[in-house]
Amino acid sequence: MTEKTISPPTELEKRFPQGVTLDQREGYSGYLVDAQKLVEVATVLRDEMGYDYLSSVTGVDYIQDNLMEVVYHFYKSTGGSELTLNVQVSRENPVIPSLYHTFPSVDFQEREAWDLLGIKFDGHPDLRRILLWEGFAGHPLRKDWKEPFFNEDNKPFSNRWPEGNVFRVEDTNPYGKNVQYPDDLAQPEKWKPETEDLLYAGLLDFKAGEGKDFKTDYVVVNLGPQHPSTHGVFRMAVVLDGETIVALKPVVGYLHRNHEKIGERNTYLHNMPYTDRLDYLCSMTNNFGYAIAVEKLLGKKAVVPERAEYLRVIMSELTRISNHVWAIGFILNDLGAFFTPMLYAIEERELILDIFEATAGSRMMCNYFRFGGVSRDMPEDVFQKLKELVNERLPRKIDELDIYLTENEIIAERCEGVGILSPDDAITLGASGPLLRSSGVPYDIRRADPYGIYDRFDFDVAVRYHGDCYDRFIIRLDEVRQSLRILQQAVRDIPEGPVLTKNPYNIRVPEGEAYGRIESPKGELGYYLVSDGTANPYRYHIRAPSLINLTGLEKICIGQKIADVVVILGSIDIVLGECDR
Amino acid sequence: MFGKGILKGMWVTMKHFVTTYVDDIRLLGKRYYNPEGIKLRSRPDVKGIFTVQYPEEKLPPPEEFRYIPFLVYDVNEEGEKIVRCTSCGICSKACPPQCIWIVQTTDPKTGRPRPEPVEFFIDIDICMNCGYCAEYCPFDAIKMDHDYELSSYDRAKEHIYNLERLLKPAEYYADIRPKNFAREEEIKREKEAKKAAALQAKAQKSGDSD
Repeated sequence: MTEKTISPPTELEKRFPQGVTLDQREGYSGYLVDAQKLVEVATVLRDEMGYDYLSSVTGVDYIQDNLMEVVYHFYKSTGGSELTLNVQVSRENPVIPSLYHTFPSVDFQEREAWDLLGIKFDGHPDLRRILLWEGFAGHPLRKDWKEPFFNEDNKPFSNRWPEGNVFRVEDTNPYGKNVQYPDDLAQPEKWKPETEDLLYAGLLDFKAGEGKDFKTDYVVVNLGPQHPSTHGVFRMAVVLDGETIVALKPVVGYLHRNHEKIGERNTYLHNMPYTDRLDYLCSMTNNFGYAIAVEKLLGKKAVVPERAEYLRVIMSELTRISNHVWAIGFILNDLGAFFTPMLYAIEERELILDIFEATAGSRMMCNYFRFGGVSRDMPEDVFQKLKELVNERLPRKIDELDIYLTENEIIAERCEGVGILSPDDAITLGASGPLLRSSGVPYDIRRADPYGIYDRFDFDVAVRYHGDCYDRFIIRLDEVRQSLRILQQAVRDIPEGPVLTKNPYNIRVPEGEAYGRIESPKGELGYYLVSDGTANPYRYHIRAPSLINLTGLEKICIGQKIADVVVILGSIDIVLGECDR
Repeated sequence: MFGKGILKGMWVTMKHFVTTYVDDIRLLGKRYYNPEGIKLRSRPDVKGIFTVQYPEEKLPPPEEFRYIPFLVYDVNEEGEKIVRCTSCGICSKACPPQCIWIVQTTDPKTGRPRPEPVEFFIDIDICMNCGYCAEYCPFDAIKMDHDYELSSYDRAKEHIYNLERLLKPAEYYADIRPKNFAREEEIKREKEAKKAAALQAKAQKSGDSD
């Protein structure tokens, strides 16, 4: 990348002559940092060079070089593109100093690298497994770990063609005979499974309240995975003092499907429909992020035509509207307005989904984007329907939703001043999307680091300054209005032409790494891809906004009442499909 | 006044309640259980309930809707079935969850693969309805169907479709996807015309040179 010639990059090398070197590998454009100097380098980046937003931390297993690598992506909260740091350690005993005390946003991401790859982070206060259960044996994303029902290392599998005699994979390992014990387990009958002691020990390690007159007990309650208001299978273990929350620990991983390992088995094209299933309410934006990451690696082989760029923006903004009305509807449902406002909000979404169905083929799992454009053109009658929706019906309905809800006294009482997140906290805890912008930080990737053709559209970045639940709720209405502005411009300016530069189904991607990120309705959705020149990705990681936004949940909720937790969680707007992958 | 916001909201609810029934009363029953009614309820300026009363009414799926794939066969003048599929295996390689299983054999006389599938299996429990098989087939032999009412009582036996179950005539394909069918026929006709013209030109040239 040509931007390496300007400061601060060369400054960084000058400051740390032994610790930091420019990455010379083909297709890599970051810095190789010595593990011992990592915390110092990160502190210098944050304090002196303005890179205060650590957005993504992920691990890669280079089994052929006997190395484990951890990749950090830093951004400035004033905008701009990324600074990548790669830290390599030996694969036998990978230990890296943790950045938790400099950048609290790495909390869940370092736990995930420990869980899935086995990289230990020295200094992390609570390094437990996050996505898998406590007693799991092994680290799934390592290259020498094979999953159950393993066929072959890379798709397409050779047992499907030309000798494809069908078998059902569950018949190969029948029920009852599918239990495996780890090698170092001497007597299976005497094994006691690991319990969640570490979780509860960490939970009860809170600062007890000051000067109590009564002698009360603290109650540990699990807002368990099966709960109507937790937006999916999400669990929070809270310690309550009466009704006030004293400590809270989120527990995720109930929907973990090891999407990243499946991604390594798939080819690049195969991964596209799998990205639909991440944040299952916003399948178009998930596709967009993946297409951007792979197109960064493909370079000139995948040039997107003009009409396709406009269609991409139209689909992304329709998805944003559909997601935000869903979120607003569900916040109101959680508040207790049982279903009526939710169904009024979702009514509009039905018409948007009809457009998706007529264009892409499916309402929810759209699989619409390809490398080099979009898969199909929008039919003319659907385009007329879209024009009518965008220019007439949706603005009217959003205004109606506004009248319906913004001045409602009950919402004001329950949401104003509840769950405040300060702007500094939001940046250091890695918040993104509406959570960050409602705290007063005007960071929108469509403006800060534009992708596609967003720099051609005239729209404002929605910001609110109180950082409470009410602002998180109103900012979604603001964003829908801005999306409608973008849509009206896109629908007016869209040119005719082709929509796809054709690519073969078994495309080979040049070597290198790429981090492609987009402003999804939930926050910053990033895809980190490492390619080794073959048809399958070497490493495929998703920076999930839902998971990273939850890093601050504990801090926001302490001192609130238990009834507020539900509203706070609803206003952060998580989807477990992308949180757990 | 305290409570103004709530009252405004209740006014919106009341408006919704009344508009729900206005169209029903105005059209007196013609709004349900017939295709014109469904079309009316699918327009962007619909007022009132637009719920489709499934299973008595079914919303017609748009042309691009994709569910499970099926194989297309043409019928020639003698009435024989000509299966378009040549068992090249591209759909099987493009399938993300690898649910397509094809058996191809070689012709004992020529030693080359026979351009038709001996067996063709699709496990519809695994199929994720992505449409890649239809998109990347070079012979327009496999297309996405519209039928979604496929449940059965025994998925081990019923949910693996073999070649016989997957074959459907080209008329069916033209019926469910008219625009796509017309476009593909046009491309085929152009190719035939070009080939015929090239053959004629060659015949002319060899006729001249003689």
